[in-house]
Amino acid sequence: MKILVIAEQRQGKWNNTSFETLVAAQQIAAATSGNIAAVVIGKGVATLADELANKNVAEVLLVEHDLLENYTADGYCSALAQVVESRKPDLVLFPHTYQVRDFAPKLAVLLGKGMVGDCTGFRKEADKLVFVRQMFQGKTAADVSFIGAAPWFASFQSGAFRTDLLQAHPGGKAPVNTAKVELKAADIRTKPLELFKEAKASVDLTQAPLIVAVGRGIKAPENIAQAEAVAKALGGEIAASRPICDEGWLPMERQIGSSGQTVAPKLYLALGISGAIQHVVGMKGARTIVAVNKDQNAPIFEIADYGIVADIFEVMPALTEELQKAKG
Amino acid sequence: MNIIVCIKQVPAKDAPLSIAGNWIRESDIGFEMNEPDSYALEEALRLKEKHGGEVIVLSLGPERVKQTIKEALAKGADRAIHVADDQFAQLDPLGAAKVLAAAIGKEKCDLVLTGLQSDDHGFGQTGVLLAGLLNLPHATIIMQIELRDGKMKLKRELEAGWFQYIECPLPAVLSIQSGINKVRYATLKGIMAAKKKEIATINRESLGVTLEPTQRIERIYVPSKTKKTEFLTGTPKEMAAKLVEKLKFDARVI
Repeated sequence: MKILVIAEQRQGKWNNTSFETLVAAQQIAAATSGNIAAVVIGKGVATLADELANKNVAEVLLVEHDLLENYTADGYCSALAQVVESRKPDLVLFPHTYQVRDFAPKLAVLLGKGMVGDCTGFRKEADKLVFVRQMFQGKTAADVSFIGAAPWFASFQSGAFRTDLLQAHPGGKAPVNTAKVELKAADIRTKPLELFKEAKASVDLTQAPLIVAVGRGIKAPENIAQAEAVAKALGGEIAASRPICDEGWLPMERQIGSSGQTVAPKLYLALGISGAIQHVVGMKGARTIVAVNKDQNAPIFEIADYGIVADIFEVMPALTEELQKAKG
Repeated sequence: MNIIVCIKQVPAKDAPLSIAGNWIRESDIGFEMNEPDSYALEEALRLKEKHGGEVIVLSLGPERVKQTIKEALAKGADRAIHVADDQFAQLDPLGAAKVLAAAIGKEKCDLVLTGLQSDDHGFGQTGVLLAGLLNLPHATIIMQIELRDGKMKLKRELEAGWFQYIECPLPAVLSIQSGINKVRYATLKGIMAAKKKEIATINRESLGVTLEPTQRIERIYVPSKTKKTEFLTGTPKEMAAKLVEKLKFDARVI
C-alpha cells in the first residue's frame, strides 16, 4: 500500500502528533508491504524535510510555495490535492490536529473521497484495513472500513501511537524530492492575521504533581468548593473538563483535554468526569488515575487504576476528611 | 444576514446506551440537542439580534428530531427545515453533508453555522464538508465573530493556548467552538411563539442526492479495557479511607 503522510509544522516547529502518525504509517506499511512518502508543506521548511528523511520512509516530499507560508485551508487543500493527484497514493494519513480538522475533510471531498477522522488504531483483516475510532464520547468504539476506490483519507488521534517506536531510516537517509504545486492568490479566500496567546495563565497545571479534576457531575458552580476542599486536603491543584470551563465555573486555564492542557501528574483524581476522548487525551499520561463516578459504565473507568462507583457528593467530604487525617 | 444553523439531535448525555448492530437501540432512551450545536444556534441568534435577518434551523433525522427543532424555534430561530430520514444514522459523513448541502442550496443565505462535532458519531467533519460541497470559504473552532464591511473577522482557537484572527468573506461556513457564548434558555413566551413558526419537512429522497458511501461502520462495541481497575467498595467513608491507604502505600503518590 502506497501511503502519504502529511506532517504538520507551524512557523517551522513540528506538531509532534506528526511523528505518531508516521509510526502508524510505518506499521501499516509493514502490514501491507507498502511504502511511505512523508510530506512537508510550507515555505522555507527544507530543514524539516531533511529531518524527516532520517526516518524510515521511501521519500520525503517537500511542498513549498510563497502562498503556503501561513496556513490557510484553501492553500493547503489546493496544494495537497495536486500532490495526491500526481502521486496517486492508496492512503493519505494525517495527525488529528486542529489544523487537520480544519482542512482535511475538504481536501478529501475535493477529490470526491471520504475521510475517517480521529482514529485510535487500525487492524488488517484479510485484504482490507479496518480503522478504529471512538463514538458516543468514548462510550463505544467503532470499526470503520473504506468503500470504493483509493485514495482513502484518515487521521490518527494524538497519543494513539508511541513515538519511541518510530523507526530510523535503515540506509541512512531517504531522498528529499520537491513536489511542484501551482497556487493563485485569488484562490485563497481567507486571510490569516496575527497569532496570539491569551493573557498569561496564573497556574501551570503541566507542572502540578497532584490534580483533582471535576466534570459535569459537579452539577452546579456552588459545588466546586467541595472539590476544592479535596484538592486542598491533598495539596493539589483543581482542574476541570471542558464543559465546566465553558460554563465559566472555573477559568479556562484550568481546563484539561484536547483544547486545554495536557498533563501527566503523579495523581489524577477525576470527580464526576465521564471520560470523553477530548478529556482523556489530556490526562491519560497520569501515573495513577482515580475515578469517582456514579455511572459504572463511564469510559473514565477504562483508564482508571482505582475506581469508586458512587455519588461524588457523598465521596468528596469523606475523602477530604480522610486526606486531612492522613496528612496529619 | 440570513443564517442557517445545522443542528443534530443526539442521545441524552446520561442515556444508557445499548448497542444494536452499528447503531444503538433508540427505543428506551431520551434525545436532546447536540450540545456543540446549541452554541452555534446561540451565536446565530446573537448575530441576528445585532445585524438583523433570519435564522433558519436545519436538521436531518427521523420524526423525533422535531422536538429539538421546536426547542431551537422556542429559543428564537425564525423557521426550520426538517430533512426526514429514518436511516440517517447509516449515512457516512460525506453522505450526511451532501443531504444538508442540497437543502442549503435551496435557500438564500449568508452564513452557515455548525457545531464542532456531534456527541454521537463525533465525525467532526460536517461544516468543512459543507464548505467543500457548496464551494464556500470556511473556518473552524471559532471563538468570536465580528462582522465588518461585509467581511468577518474571526477568532480561531488553535492548540496549546494559541489563537489566531483570520479574515473571511461572506457567504461562508463556520464551525463554532463550544464555550464561545453563554447559551440561553427558551422562555415561556418563546415556547408559545414557536407554535406558530414554520417547520418545512422534506424527504431526503426528494432532494435528489446520489449517495455514494465512502466508508462503513462495520460494528460498534464497548472498548476493551487497557488497565485493570481496582474498584473500592463500602460506605463513602470506607471507600475514602481505602483510597487514601492505596494512594499512600500502593501507588505511593501522596
